[in-house]
Amino acid sequence: MWTLDAYHLARAQFAFTVGFHIVFPTFSIGLAAYLAVLEGLWLRTGRQVYMDVYQYWLKIFAIVFGIGVVTGLVMSYEFGTNWSEFAYRTGPILGPLLGYETLTAFFMEAGFLGIMLFGINRVDKRLHFAATCLVTLGTHISAAWILASNSWMQTPAGYKIVNGVFEPVSWLHIIFNPSYPFRFAHMMGAAYLSVAFAVGAIGAFHLLRDRGNQAARVMFSMAMWMAACATPFQIVAGDALGLNSLQYQPQKVAAMEGDWAAPEPGAGEPVVLFGVPDQQHRVNHDEVTIPHVGSLYLTHSWSGTIRPLDAFPPADIPDVPVLFYGFRIMVGLGLLMFAIGVVSLWLRWRGQLYDARWFQRIVVATGPAGFCALLAGWVVTEAGRQPYTVYGLLRTAQSVSPVLTSDVALSLGAFAVIYSIVLAAALLFLLRLFAKAPVSHEAGPPHVPQRAAGIMPGPAGAILNSAEGTR
Amino acid sequence: MSTVLPIIWAGLLAFAVFAYIVLDGFDLGVGILFLVEHDKQDRDVMVTTVAPVWDGNETWLVLGGGGLFAAFPMAYSIILPALYPLMIGMLLALILRGVAFEFRFQATSYGRFWWDIAFCGGSIVATFCQGLILGGLIHGIHVDGHAYAGGPPPWLNGFAMLCGIALVVGYALLGACWLIWRTNGRLQARCRRRAEWFAAIMLGLIGIVSLWTPLLHPEFTRRWFAWPGMALTSPVPLLVAVVAWLFWRALRKDHEVMPLLYVQAWFLLCFVGLGISFYPYIIPPSVTIWQAAAPVGSLDFLLVGAIVMLPIILTYMAYSYWTFVHSKVEPGTQYH
Ligand code: HDD
Ligand code: HEM
Ligand code: HEM
Repeated sequence: MWTLDAYHLARAQFAFTVGFHIVFPTFSIGLAAYLAVLEGLWLRTGRQVYMDVYQYWLKIFAIVFGIGVVTGLVMSYEFGTNWSEFAYRTGPILGPLLGYETLTAFFMEAGFLGIMLFGINRVDKRLHFAATCLVTLGTHISAAWILASNSWMQTPAGYKIVNGVFEPVSWLHIIFNPSYPFRFAHMMGAAYLSVAFAVGAIGAFHLLRDRGNQAARVMFSMAMWMAACATPFQIVAGDALGLNSLQYQPQKVAAMEGDWAAPEPGAGEPVVLFGVPDQQHRVNHDEVTIPHVGSLYLTHSWSGTIRPLDAFPPADIPDVPVLFYGFRIMVGLGLLMFAIGVVSLWLRWRGQLYDARWFQRIVVATGPAGFCALLAGWVVTEAGRQPYTVYGLLRTAQSVSPVLTSDVALSLGAFAVIYSIVLAAALLFLLRLFAKAPVSHEAGPPHVPQRAAGIMPGPAGAILNSAEGTR
Repeated sequence: MSTVLPIIWAGLLAFAVFAYIVLDGFDLGVGILFLVEHDKQDRDVMVTTVAPVWDGNETWLVLGGGGLFAAFPMAYSIILPALYPLMIGMLLALILRGVAFEFRFQATSYGRFWWDIAFCGGSIVATFCQGLILGGLIHGIHVDGHAYAGGPPPWLNGFAMLCGIALVVGYALLGACWLIWRTNGRLQARCRRRAEWFAAIMLGLIGIVSLWTPLLHPEFTRRWFAWPGMALTSPVPLLVAVVAWLFWRALRKDHEVMPLLYVQAWFLLCFVGLGISFYPYIIPPSVTIWQAAAPVGSLDFLLVGAIVMLPIILTYMAYSYWTFVHSKVEPGTQYH
């Protein structure tokens, strides 16, 4: 099945690079929004603690954003290097969407990022706030365009095919294709949740060490509000997205459910809590099921049914185990996060939010949960579109470039090495920053250029500031 | 099919690529100059001069790639596989040097040593790959239908190698001129001297590449050396000489901004020369702008965005530069 040809290597390479990329922009989207809120609160209330938390996370943002940019650059060229047939056929549709993303989002982020990171001493406070807001807006616009591209590949609309090339007919239908609104809502929820759990974990970690740390309290409390509000939204949005896929990509949902054959009449769809799907024999081993529950969330009725996998030709269904497990990981983590949100509300109501150490330990442990769910969700979405790149119309096997297998193998190896180095270093630096407790008058990113004239000249200043950063 | 839209798009793409070359050129050049600048404090100053702007500079490369994908999908899907190892090499090098901006300030002094190597090496490899890409494109890509036809790598030859070296020298020159503008004291003085050397070498390399290019395809030869094309082409080398003279005068007179602008003018002239050789092909000598162009529905949709957004982008980019360049970056003040 899995031979090492250019096709499979290109898939592995794309999955690896895009999976790596997506974590960082998602972090940027949620964190930028959080930073904008913090700076706004600081401007309104004048309380230093908001500025402290802002500066604390700004250092993280600088690292995360940089990695997002360079790994994103790879993505915009990888369509051509590895998927040139795909690029040739979908370029007239996806190209302009990517072009708009660059023109309306990437430049805006890049243009104001410098001011956001290094400009706090150079421009007026309110202008600096404006820069933070514009960077935030840029990350959101960027997500809006890229998700339009991706959703179009899932549920294509507004096109005609001329000599094998997709040509635009209606841009409105291309952008607002059937799955777009749901995917966008669910993705934004994922970004906010992922960041909320990361921030919450760091806040909890420092609360455990020092219960009185004001900045840690602010982080923890804000993150728990976000967790409590966004998880229900995320679950509702996920349900809506699933129903949308049921309509447009039925075999994807059947694979997520591990639903190989139709149930007895009247029995309804069960939910498979656990099982081991077997693609070859087209059954699940060791199933644990609850009857009718599947019907409830899939059809919102007691014994409605969906089209099972055996209604599709074997060559047209995706890799079932990947979808089956991926979906369970995402939903499991989602329910866990929901539970944490509920408990936080209860503790807050009892006035024990800052004292319940057992709860803070759990929150530290679930710090990466959002990002894990996010990756699992994407694997479900993208692997579930297989064997197509443009669903139902263009097969992945027909999308690949006429390049040498050895070239793709070599580049995959090089990507693996370089990305591993980058990831290891990033984790090291991030963990080092996280290990430091937020302090009053927290320092900003380490290389804020100062006005040239008369600020702490001489080596003493340089040494002092290399140790403490600058204000 | 409309005949003007593809030309407009070719012009816009050329603008994006040119903007990329002269902007990211100087910050890649700063990385290349790490080869000869070893002092820690000087290096910190050098990186600080570009830290707030490099991200915006690199975005022009995203626009170049995205624009090619959108406006000339056929060219995009031929050029990228044909130059596959170079593209990957360039991207990986840009990753390493891009993360080094942040990482070298986070690292301990031992780690910093390695990230400085990544910054410098990444800048050199990325630049060299870009030169090879250009050289390979000029040298010629075999095309079959709408796809790359394979064959010997178009970039594995002396001509492309020469382009690669020329670009490394050219970016180092841009970097040195940028630092003349943005720094003071001994670092600035050293950059002045280096700029003279780089300029001399680059002028020689431009000469060789310009004489070599027309020999590659008969089409190029006709364009450059036969009447009436010569009326268009002969001013280009003349202008290069004039700008060279202006450049040296500016250096000698201790101008700070002018050397950078003159070098950029040089790049512009080379770029125009390239345009003369290429037009009307996007992949000479087999694919024209019109053959590669996307359908009108795609071209005019994105054109609206470009017309509205580019002036706005240029305005806020200029503002962002202005925020950081109205005072010099000096050693001894507290940067890092
Ligand atoms: C923090 C992240 C996160 C969490 C907690 C959840 N999801 Fe999710 N999910 C994503 C992050 C995500 C994602 C990464 O953002 C995906 C991939 C593509 C997309 O649009 O969203 C996704 C895709 C995705 C899909 C596939 C859409 C398709 O067919 O293409 C479904 C059906 C759900 N989700 C449903 C749910 C449900 C019912 C959840 C409730 C527990 C849930 N998700 C929690
Ligand atoms: C849902 C999926 C994606 C989202 C939400 C997303 C979002 C973002 C965001 C917000 C950025 C800004 C930089 C940052 O914050 O780090 C970014 C960078 C980038 N992304 Fe993605 N991206 C996604 C997938 C992709 C894919 C598949 C591509 C390839 C076409 C891509 C291309 C890029 C590029 C080229 C950059 C660099 C931009 C720059 O230089 O400023 N992204 N992405
Ligand atoms: C940003 C979040 C994304 C993630 C994490 C992601 C993940 C993946 C994964 C795991 C695969 C491999 C599927 C398989 O081989 O079984 C894949 C394939 C692919 N995706 Fe995505 N994807 C993302 C967004 C996008 C977007 C926005 C686009 C297009 C605009 C896109 C285009 C593709 C293409 C062309 C392939 C290659 C063909 C294939 O193997 O399916 N992806 N992606």
